[in-house]
Parts: sequence; structure tokens; C-alpha cells
Amino acid sequence: MNKSLYQLILINFRVFFREPAIIFWAVLFPIIMAWVLGIAFSNKGESVRTVYVTGAQKIPDKISGEKVFANETGNPSRIKFQKTSEVEAIKAIKQGVIVIYLEMSGDSLIYHFDPVNSDAQLTHLILERELNGKLNGENKTSVQGLQTKVTRYIEFLIPGLIALGIMNSCIWGIGWTLIETRMKKLLRRMVATPMKKSIFLSSHILTRIILGGFETLLLLIFTHFYFGTEISGNILAFIGVFLAGIFAFSGIAILIASRTSKTEVANGLVNLVTLPMMILSGIFFNYHNFPDWAIPVIQVLPLTVLADSIRAVSIEAAGFTEILKPVAILSITGVVTFIGGLKVFKWY
Amino acid sequence: MNKTPVIEIKDVSKSFKEIKAVNNLSLTIYEGEYVALLGPNGAGKTTLIEMIEGIQKPDAGTIRISGMNWKDHEQKLHHKIGLSLQETKFIDKITTKETLDLFGSFYGLNPGRTDEILELVNLTEKRKAYTNQLSGGQRQRLAIGIALLNNPKVLLLDEPTTGLDPGARREIWKILGRLRQDFNTTMILTTHYMEEAEVLCERILIMDKGQFIAAGTLQELNARHGEGDLIEITFGSNFDIGASNLSGVKRLNWIDPQTKAQIFVDNISEVLPSIIESTRSGNVRITALTSRKMTLDDLFISMTGRHLTDS
Repeated sequence: MNKSLYQLILINFRVFFREPAIIFWAVLFPIIMAWVLGIAFSNKGESVRTVYVTGAQKIPDKISGEKVFANETGNPSRIKFQKTSEVEAIKAIKQGVIVIYLEMSGDSLIYHFDPVNSDAQLTHLILERELNGKLNGENKTSVQGLQTKVTRYIEFLIPGLIALGIMNSCIWGIGWTLIETRMKKLLRRMVATPMKKSIFLSSHILTRIILGGFETLLLLIFTHFYFGTEISGNILAFIGVFLAGIFAFSGIAILIASRTSKTEVANGLVNLVTLPMMILSGIFFNYHNFPDWAIPVIQVLPLTVLADSIRAVSIEAAGFTEILKPVAILSITGVVTFIGGLKVFKWY
Repeated sequence: MNKTPVIEIKDVSKSFKEIKAVNNLSLTIYEGEYVALLGPNGAGKTTLIEMIEGIQKPDAGTIRISGMNWKDHEQKLHHKIGLSLQETKFIDKITTKETLDLFGSFYGLNPGRTDEILELVNLTEKRKAYTNQLSGGQRQRLAIGIALLNNPKVLLLDEPTTGLDPGARREIWKILGRLRQDFNTTMILTTHYMEEAEVLCERILIMDKGQFIAAGTLQELNARHGEGDLIEITFGSNFDIGASNLSGVKRLNWIDPQTKAQIFVDNISEVLPSIIESTRSGNVRITALTSRKMTLDDLFISMTGRHLTDS
């Protein structure tokens, strides 16, 4: 291995491990966040369940609007029915918005849900108890099992946290370090040696791949043992998405850090880039709650692309073909911002 | 004596916006020479040295180092030159040794070189200290250590002792003095301490407003511009001593108009009696009077009316 590349990575590692604050924010903070949010949202009183209804022009009164079922059990369940298309219903199940949907097919009522999902099963039982034979007179009910094993909040959250971790690791780890190195005139001192600029920048990207991988792994191990989460898709596809994410945000970090040597400006720039994405990109909550006109914009933000594709691999069992497009988008983002950043980069 | 030119600067100019930082300078520095660029802040010293370092590009003119220019021989020149910038800071939680190892790796050097350098700049005891625990003098010695890693033919030091206490400054002088003896290094250093220029360098270039206003050895400078003495005098009331037409005065410089003056003379004993005589006849009291041999700072004042340490 190239001697200066090795030394540069070594230095980056030392800076990381010798600064307790960095370890806290990079490693422990995401785990704590996963823990707190995971607990908070799994224990929520599920007093209102949303159930989608598809396939009918006219929905019987019994399954429209908001109803209270199982009143006599002492633990009434509030159910909100909503009419949509089947496509929407399947998407909502995948996104964890609902756990079950009803399909009206002539006289019969079909329940669509994942039989492994206990929450869905419970909802099914509550509905079945109320609706069996009581809808349009003598209707038949049946159950249609879905393959989408999803949608505990923690399973929605973890891919988001991983994506957020990659973004923060790159933007702060690379962007901030570059600006600080420039501020200290160390960058100027380094390029006055035979050090190759490409080696210098590569060392930062490689450091992020290793440290980001380590952070992601810790988070996955924690949530696997604590919450029982799993990556349902191809693990190589997962690594592919991870690397593309690192490239994208490394490029963005280099572009952010290309000119400034003032902390105030740097702080502003970093926040300008990261904050909107943190809020919009559906890290903690589904971005489909934003107005419709905003969705297409949100969907092309790098953090959204990254979070969505990690979710696709983790939850929807996506393989290589499904992630090809997001990986390409992220890689192109990385290359374009990297080259752009390098063009205007102020070494002294 | 057959001298090999190492640094050849020809008609070099550099402007920043409206300000001409370096104005049409030419200079040749020979192998083994220690040259001081002396001047106040903003004189253009750093701009000139950064153009030699290849960090700044001249607007006009050429710079050649050992016959090579930056445009065509960047990599080779990086190997030939060692430099320290004005107040470099290092990565906080990285040790002295690790910092040297890092920079050594850029030159393809082995960690063994780090130990030699630590010895050379007297930091062996601080090898395991984080750079943010070093004192100003130690940090500056580390910067010089980095500059020496590659055994440079040419050493460019930008204000290596600014802000250091006299003890720390002397320690750096000792290191640089040894270097000249042992390695025949060529060095340019910028400073606004005349003592530093006097102690370290055989050739002194005094810079002001982007130009050399005087150049030579200390003896030459004194002979040409400053041989002689200096009387500093303060009057109790306004008195235009210039109107007295004293003989033997080379130059008069008012520090405070009409009350405090520096009088540059060939010989104190010749001029002093007539100064005292003229104040007596003008009925003016002398509140303070000192006289001494001229220093480089005095020389600078006599040429520009300002102190070297003025900003």
C-alpha cells in the first residue's frame, strides 16, 4: 500500500479514536437514537388503526369512516377506514402506514396482510369478529397472505439512521476536516510536499468507508439483537448502496469544503446542506406526509435516494436490479460534486 | 570564488487587487548563502517567499531554483525545498512523532528519519506529546523539523521566530546555525527582528512596499547607509532643530513633530555640542537625550521613517 496513503488513513483514524466526542456522535448517538425511538414508537397506544379498503365503488357504511370495535372487551379499538386503490394500499403496507387492507370483491371480503405480523393479525381478528357475515347480508370472507414482512417502526427507522450516519460521517468527517486543515494552514503545508492531492483526498474517502462501515455494522448488530431486525435483501446489494452513498456524500463534502476557511461559513454551509435533507428525506418519518408537489423534489435528494434504497434492500428484499438506478444516481452525484469541488478547490 | 546560483529571481511582480505586493524584484542567491528578508508587515516578504515556494504565481517575471521552474518541475522542486510557513498549526491530537512520520511519508522516507529529525530539532523528549500540548517554540521547532525532513537544498522560512520569547528564539538560531555548518543549505528567512538577520545571515535585504530598499552584508549596509551614530533627543517645548543648520547631520527624523527627533550623524562628539548650543540659544530645555551606534532598525527608520516592527 502506498506509504503516504497508509499514513494519512492512520492519522484520520487516530483523530477519530482520540476524540471521545467524535466517537459519541458517530457511534453511540445513532444507537441511542434507534433505542429511544424504537422503544417510544413500539409502545405507542394503538388506539386508532388505519385500514384501507379497495376494489369497491361504494363502500358499505360498516367499513367507512371511523368506527369503534370490540367495545365490550373493555379495550375498544378505533378503526379508521379509507378508500384507495390496490397499488396505494400495497405501497402503504410496505411503508408501514397500514398493516392490513380490505378488498371488496363482489360479495366477498378479502383481508390482505402479512400473517407473520402480529399487529396485522390482531387487526384482522378485530375486523373479522365485527364484519363476518354482517356486511352485505351473507358475505364470505377470506384471507390473502402478503409476502411483505415489514413495518415495525424500528425497521423503517434503521435504514434511515444508517443513511443519516453515512451523510453525517462524510460531511462532517471529510468536509469539516478539510476546512480545519485549511484553516490551520496545514493543507498549504502538505501540498508544498510531494504528497499527491489525489492520495490525500482518497485517504479521506477510504477512512469514511472503513469508519462508516464500522458504525453501520454496530448499529445493525445492536438493532438485530435488541429489536430483532434483519436485512431481508441481498447483502452485496446493501454494500453496493452503502458504497454509493459514501461516494455521493464524500463528493458533496469536498464541494462544500472546496473554498472556505472560516468556521462560521463552514458551519452555515454544512447545515444548509444537511438540515433540509434530515427533515425532508424521510429519515424519522415517512416523507409521503409532505404535500404531493414536494414529493418528486424530495425523492431526488441524495439522502432520500440513499435512505429509500437502503430500505428497499433491508425491508423489501430488493436485489441488484432494483438498486441499480439509485446506485447510479448516487455515484453520479459523487463524481460530479467531486470533480466540481476539485476544480474550485483552494489548496492554499 | 566560484559561486553557484541556486535561486534566480528576475523582474518578478505580484499584485493583490490594487496593492502591488512585490514590485519588479530581481535577486540571485548562491549555494550555501543565508539570506534575510527584513521588513515590516506588509512589505511583501511573505508574498516573495511564497512565490519562491511555488504557492503563489508571479504576475510577471521568472523564478528559477537550481535552474528549474515551478511550471515544469513541480515534483522535483518539492523534493529540493524545505519550508516553514508563518504559524502553521498541526492536527491537535496527533503526536510530534506521528506528525513527522506523516510528512516523512510524503517524501517516501522511513520512520527512522523521524528520530534523526527529533534529535536535530531537540524534540526527542516530546516525541509522544500531542502537538496541541507543545509550546510555541516547540511547535515552531517541529515546523522546522518538517522542513528539514527531506534534507532540502533550499530552506525557506517565513518568520520562524515571530511571537517567541528570546530563549526559544535563540534555540531556533542554534539549530539553523548548525545546519549551515553541516549541510551547506541555502536559506532565505523573513523576519522583522533585525537581530535575527544579523546573527543568522550574511546577506540582508531590506524590503519595503514590495521593493528592496537596501541590500548587502551588515557591514556593507552600515557602510553604505548607516555608518555613524544616532542621537535621540526630546525637547521641553516646540523647537525646529532643523532650522539651526547644524553641520555633520546626515538626516533628521521627527518622531513627534517639533519635540522628539532622531538625528543621524557621522560623529556624536562633533555634533552634540552644537545641538546643545542651539537649544540654549533658542531657550529650549532638553528633557531626554540618548546617543548610540546605529542598528538595522535605525537604518530602516532613517530610510523609511518607520520601525521594522511597525505594521
